[in-house]
Amino acid sequence: MTILLVLLFAALFSKAEAAERASDRQVLHILDRLAFGPTTADVKHVKAIGIEGYIAEQLDPDAILESSELTNRLAGLATLKLDPVQLFAEYGPLRATDGMQPSPEDQKARRQRARLILEQAQAARIWRALHSPRQLQEVMVDFWYNHFNVFANKALDRLWVGAYEAEAIRPYALGRFRDLLGATAHHPAMLFYLDNAQNAAPGSKGLNGREAGINENYARELMELHTLGADRGYTQDDVVALARILTGWGLARPNALPASGSGFVFYPARHDNGDKHFLGQDIAGNGEAEGEKALDLLAAGPATARHIAFELAQYFVADQPPAALVERLAARFQETGGDMKSTLKVLFASREFRDSTGVKYKSPYHFVLSAARAAGVSADNPKPLLGAMARLGQPLYGCMTPDGYRDTEAAWLSPDASLLRVNFAKALAGGNLPIVDGAKPVEAAPLLATLATGLSGRTRAAVAQAQPELQAALILGSPDFMRR
Amino acid sequence: MRRRDFLGLSAGASLVALNGRAWGVSADAAPKRLVVVLLRGAVDGLNVVVPYGDDAYYAARPTIAIAKPGAQDGALALDEHFALHPALSGLLPLWQEKQLAFVHAAGSPDPTRSHFDAQLFIENGTPGRRATADGWMNRLLAAMPGLSRDPTEAVAVGPTLPQILKGRMPVANLPLGPAAATPLAIDKPEIASAFDRLYAGKDAIGQAYRQGRMARAELIAGLPAPPDPTDGGAPAPNGLPAVAARLAGLMAHNRKIRLALVSLGGWDTHVRQGNHAGQLAERLRPLGDGLAAFAKALGRDWQDTAIVVLSEFGRTVRENGDGGTDHGHGNAVWVLGGAVQGGRIYGGWPGLGTDALYENRDLAVTTDFRAVLAPVVARHLRLPDRALATIFPGFSPPRSDLDRLIA
Repeated sequence: MTILLVLLFAALFSKAEAAERASDRQVLHILDRLAFGPTTADVKHVKAIGIEGYIAEQLDPDAILESSELTNRLAGLATLKLDPVQLFAEYGPLRATDGMQPSPEDQKARRQRARLILEQAQAARIWRALHSPRQLQEVMVDFWYNHFNVFANKALDRLWVGAYEAEAIRPYALGRFRDLLGATAHHPAMLFYLDNAQNAAPGSKGLNGREAGINENYARELMELHTLGADRGYTQDDVVALARILTGWGLARPNALPASGSGFVFYPARHDNGDKHFLGQDIAGNGEAEGEKALDLLAAGPATARHIAFELAQYFVADQPPAALVERLAARFQETGGDMKSTLKVLFASREFRDSTGVKYKSPYHFVLSAARAAGVSADNPKPLLGAMARLGQPLYGCMTPDGYRDTEAAWLSPDASLLRVNFAKALAGGNLPIVDGAKPVEAAPLLATLATGLSGRTRAAVAQAQPELQAALILGSPDFMRR
Repeated sequence: MRRRDFLGLSAGASLVALNGRAWGVSADAAPKRLVVVLLRGAVDGLNVVVPYGDDAYYAARPTIAIAKPGAQDGALALDEHFALHPALSGLLPLWQEKQLAFVHAAGSPDPTRSHFDAQLFIENGTPGRRATADGWMNRLLAAMPGLSRDPTEAVAVGPTLPQILKGRMPVANLPLGPAAATPLAIDKPEIASAFDRLYAGKDAIGQAYRQGRMARAELIAGLPAPPDPTDGGAPAPNGLPAVAARLAGLMAHNRKIRLALVSLGGWDTHVRQGNHAGQLAERLRPLGDGLAAFAKALGRDWQDTAIVVLSEFGRTVRENGDGGTDHGHGNAVWVLGGAVQGGRIYGGWPGLGTDALYENRDLAVTTDFRAVLAPVVARHLRLPDRALATIFPGFSPPRSDLDRLIA
């Protein structure tokens, strides 16, 4: 009898223990996906308010108090306060004054001075990702920036990628897709990157030498990458029609700059005002409004809903996301008019999401940020982290192609990168990266306490066997830590 | 010693190494190799292979033209019409031995003058199509028979992997410049063994890690010692001759390496590019000397090696107001190697007359860059036509004199 009782008690106890382990694993899971990985403080926070509570909190970033330390840091980055016109006026190419061309040396010095903008944009992005309590918002900034990618090293875009993120991406990261689409379509960074600033009706008045005629580049990517998806029921005729619809969407001329603002200008004289047939609909010549109509059509299309649903499920669940989940997300996206909060709510509540612990291979961006967060280091100098991302193949704002960085294991898992990740983990854990003055080695015990339920038996054994000064490096460089 | 330790790491690893050796010893199947040199920034091909027979060349370039052969500081005659930039004199012996050819007026069919778009297209091998995720050299690697998916079979010289080598096949990248000898933490045995225990799993992450360890051990073992910086006669450690010599040393030592990629920047000469001397000349000289040194250092392996030197586009025919040239279109592609039928200029020459220019400003493109690579792939690397269709999808090379580019 007593033996039976003891056995029963033991069974109950271990069952409770297993349940607790499982729920601890879910806490790490939620922080791996809705945030850039667990920190000691965030684990405590999620345990306090519960997983449902954390999801609800993160879906409403405006209600989360921003950290004052982060706000103070960001306040020190002066170029963040400038809009695209001001950035161009203060840091753009020098112009002839009184018929005198600026010297090549002066132009070069000007270009060097402009590097400050990109450095500050990068620092801001890293600090927000590491320290903002609005973690999901920053995760969605990563997601949408890649979806609407702009490459920083294409000439003038070096001035504008930070402003682009601040003005066109972050405010809408958890908002409505149509707003996001419209903001990116009007932003000078995108108009310049995908050449729509040069897209003009052939032979139209108002060309200034650079615009030779129709430029299909943006129109094509707008359908293929930003909305409908590749080969989703549009034709080359639709590409041409959309390009014609978008003729005249351009940038203010350097000799006619307003004092401030985005720099977007619609040039009626460059616009092809003929009637168009686009995606099966007749669009009458109507200037700038045609473009808005086309964006409405694209945002509302079922192909767009499926495309975005697939990308979200791939980013948050699995490289080959379950088809049923994609369908449910697409339906939710469509019935809410592309509302991200509603769509993500369905995603985070799904069984597919809950059951996908640790199946995603981290991108270099996720890996570097999650290591720094787990280690609890504050990156006063973000350059070593940016350098690590670049060496791992993912320089921040440095994706040349408009499809952005992919978020799949196939894109990032490679022999070379595996060694570089281990090397980074060792340098970070050893306190060898100059990210703060007097960086110290990371202690293994608190790291282990935070991450243990996410580590395999093999990893825990290998860590336990190793010399103490290597243990933190092994945790951050472990195969388990490569996944989220 | 280090290599042997490494082979003991796992059964999988040693099998791979044995495979690699198996073809290495077979005499009649000597490994054919390809080195691609990307000149990023668009080199001025009209000052590399100078069309001295075109008066329009001299008319368009009053201060930056290279003087005719025979004149003071003149170009080095290649034939009746073309001559080589004098800073490339180091390559002249290869031309005379008919192991160096140029394909003039070559380039991408895509009209973009954006560096990044144009580089993307010569790297992904699908001009006009940005969405291609992998690079043509990676697809080439996948199509080469008898390889073992050992990442040292394709090596990019430089700190990161360029687009041209990205894709599903494992490849290695290796900084051979001043950073070549920079040790990684993982080079220390006690650190390596601790991480080896962590990565003993059979999953993809474990495999990738072990392949990485193997590649690094092999590549490091093949690195010649860096030149002693106190040696006054040694080339600058960051100069191309040093990198070329190291790459040659590595390829001579490690016969698994089949493809290599070297990227060189600094060709975007918008301002004061100079003529026989000056900015462009200073960049061309180490390139020419480096390639010649590379050919020499490979020894008998040179017979089985081809080098293709490419740039994303050419530069304007007319010099601009700053003594430089702007983004253009057609360029010269260089092809070197033991099996190259060199000593001649390939491709149709469109001329520099106003009517012949592309958009009234640039050398027209008469040869698609893929048409230069096609015989290198088909005849030098001996891949079948169907492989070409996967390497350059949608492209089939037209019949041309390039059919005779490779012996």
